Amino acid sequence: MAIQFAQKPGLVVYLTAGDPTLEATRSVAIAAIDAGADVIELGVPFSDPLADGPIIQRASERALAHNTRLKDVLALAAEIRAARPSAGLVIFSYLNPILRYGLTRFADDAAASGADGVLITDMIVEEADAYLAEMERVKLAPIFLAAPTSPDDRLEAIATHSKGFIYAISRVGITGKQQSMTSDAAALVARIRRWTELPIAVGFGISNANHVAQVAEFADAAVIGSAIVELIERSTPETAPGAVARFIKGLRQPVTALAR
Amino acid sequence: MASVILPAAPSESRPGRFGIYGGRYVPETLMAALVELEHEYEVAKADAAFQAELTLLLNDFAGRPTPLYFAKRLTEQLGGAKIYLKREDLLHTGAHKINNALGQGLLAKRMGKHRIIAETGAGQHGVATATVCALLGMECVIYMGDVDMARQELNVLRMRLLGAEVRGVSSGAKTLKDAISEAMRDWVTNVRTTHYLLGSALGAHPYPTMVRDFQRIISIEMKQQILEKEGRLPTAVIACVGGGSNAIGAFYEFIPDRQVRLIGVEAGGRGTALGEHAARFSGGVPGVLQGTFSYVLQDENGQIAQTHSVSAGLDYASIGPEHAALHDSGRAEYVSQDDKSALDAVVKLARTEGILPALESAHAVAEALRLAPTMPARDILVVNLSGRGDKDMGILAQELHIQGA
Ligand SMILES: Cc1ncc(COP(=O)(O)O)c(C=O)c1O
Repeated sequence: MAIQFAQKPGLVVYLTAGDPTLEATRSVAIAAIDAGADVIELGVPFSDPLADGPIIQRASERALAHNTRLKDVLALAAEIRAARPSAGLVIFSYLNPILRYGLTRFADDAAASGADGVLITDMIVEEADAYLAEMERVKLAPIFLAAPTSPDDRLEAIATHSKGFIYAISRVGITGKQQSMTSDAAALVARIRRWTELPIAVGFGISNANHVAQVAEFADAAVIGSAIVELIERSTPETAPGAVARFIKGLRQPVTALAR
Repeated sequence: MASVILPAAPSESRPGRFGIYGGRYVPETLMAALVELEHEYEVAKADAAFQAELTLLLNDFAGRPTPLYFAKRLTEQLGGAKIYLKREDLLHTGAHKINNALGQGLLAKRMGKHRIIAETGAGQHGVATATVCALLGMECVIYMGDVDMARQELNVLRMRLLGAEVRGVSSGAKTLKDAISEAMRDWVTNVRTTHYLLGSALGAHPYPTMVRDFQRIISIEMKQQILEKEGRLPTAVIACVGGGSNAIGAFYEFIPDRQVRLIGVEAGGRGTALGEHAARFSGGVPGVLQGTFSYVLQDENGQIAQTHSVSAGLDYASIGPEHAALHDSGRAEYVSQDDKSALDAVVKLARTEGILPALESAHAVAEALRLAPTMPARDILVVNLSGRGDKDMGILAQELHIQGA
């Protein structure tokens, strides 16, 4: 499946795989897709998540407490793919677990799982030759992050090498919730547009329907991470799918209101 | 074990690569700052005024050049190679860390960044950074693991006295690696106003090269001093290796002199099982941690392993990428000394020469104690005494059962 944002704004949902169990992540992912998520980013937990704030750090710790491995995350991706054939599915990871697994083996297994794309938090375009070649070989979309601090020449390289969509970071900082959207995001998306026709998703700190409505004005999709991970933290494995589904449905509410 | 495939084609010609190691593996948000830093550093490096200001501070403020001291009694007792000590412990603030802190501090000032952040393990880099910030009038925030704050409390007090804010880090093992992650999170957030004054030859390009250049003065002086005193090069240079800054500084000028053995000493901790030591070359495999590709202690799933060392400054899961290249090429040798040998070396050096070394440096001393008796009297060992042990009095009193008042 190609990554598609059928509705506007598109919704990308980040989940830390194995938080609190792989089974729970599966149920939440399916509930999220059924509630309107276009793309699920399955986060591979890592011991040293240096781009993440406390919420996702805690989720990684919970997932690692029962030894969630990259292999398990790929198996989970295959299950989600089997259950929901048309949803977008992205493997989201720090580099080291992938290196240890073996880049070629990872590419093969990620493609076999039915994932559409891969995003590596600490992989920049200049270092990506071998990674890009592997992604090309197995026809997976490499998704790169673009930051408000990225100058135009970097944005051009990011746009050239990305497939699927481009992930624009809404503000200078780590993952986590925030009160209001900064003007950084709109300016960044406008700059990226100069180099690409790909959809642009905006993420980091997007936590409510107002943020999503704002993003909808200038981008194709919003990425919701910490807000959902925190909701899962506050729920039980039994209540989490329902809570996440309600939250996701609510995210598009003001947009519907605006459209009327 | 799964084969490790390099994320990029190895290329000697690429800046920031040491053989296949090094590179830049960071969140995109930091890239502009790293590129700017690389550029500003290149310009400063070639600027005579910058170099003159740095040299003046290294000499008049920090106390360079440091002596190369012949440890006569120790040499006689061991009955083998002559042992010289490069006295970085005599520097202002007590360790080699001030060499790099002054260099990067001046660079940050040049770049107009008035907020400095740094990580610290043993607290020596934190103290050096806090000192330079006081000297240059800059805001200073130091990240330090809770475990290290407890075991190096004296340095926490010194940093606070100097006006720095010390932020405890309670994630992971609460040691150096966790402090670096937290400093990187701060940098990602405040990158527009802040310089990250990284304390070792680690992290993303240009740090390993820049920190090495600032520490290189150690081997420049060493070489000149040993030639003056002995008229020939040493048989071996020995240094402890945490992230690798004092060791690369002590090795660098000798790399072309292939007859000089370069010996790096890692922390053997309290056992050989993963988690019990910080010997990256015997227990680690190549991987990416905190911005650079090098040897990393990790489990079979690529999760970073816990480490242990009695010395906070060596207690780290990865190692500077230039050391990884020197290791693979065979130009440098890497061995380990355990907690107990390091403690014994502290006592030995204190009671034979009246010098109290830092626990980190004591690992290098321990290797010299082992090697010297196996070598002929005409051989020369130069040990880089990277720091002094005052900061370790709490641990030493406890481990060696020394009574106070
Ligand atoms: C005295 C001393 N020596 C050595 C080290 C280890 O660092 P590096 O390997 O960068 O020299 C430290 C670090 O805190 C230190 O304080």
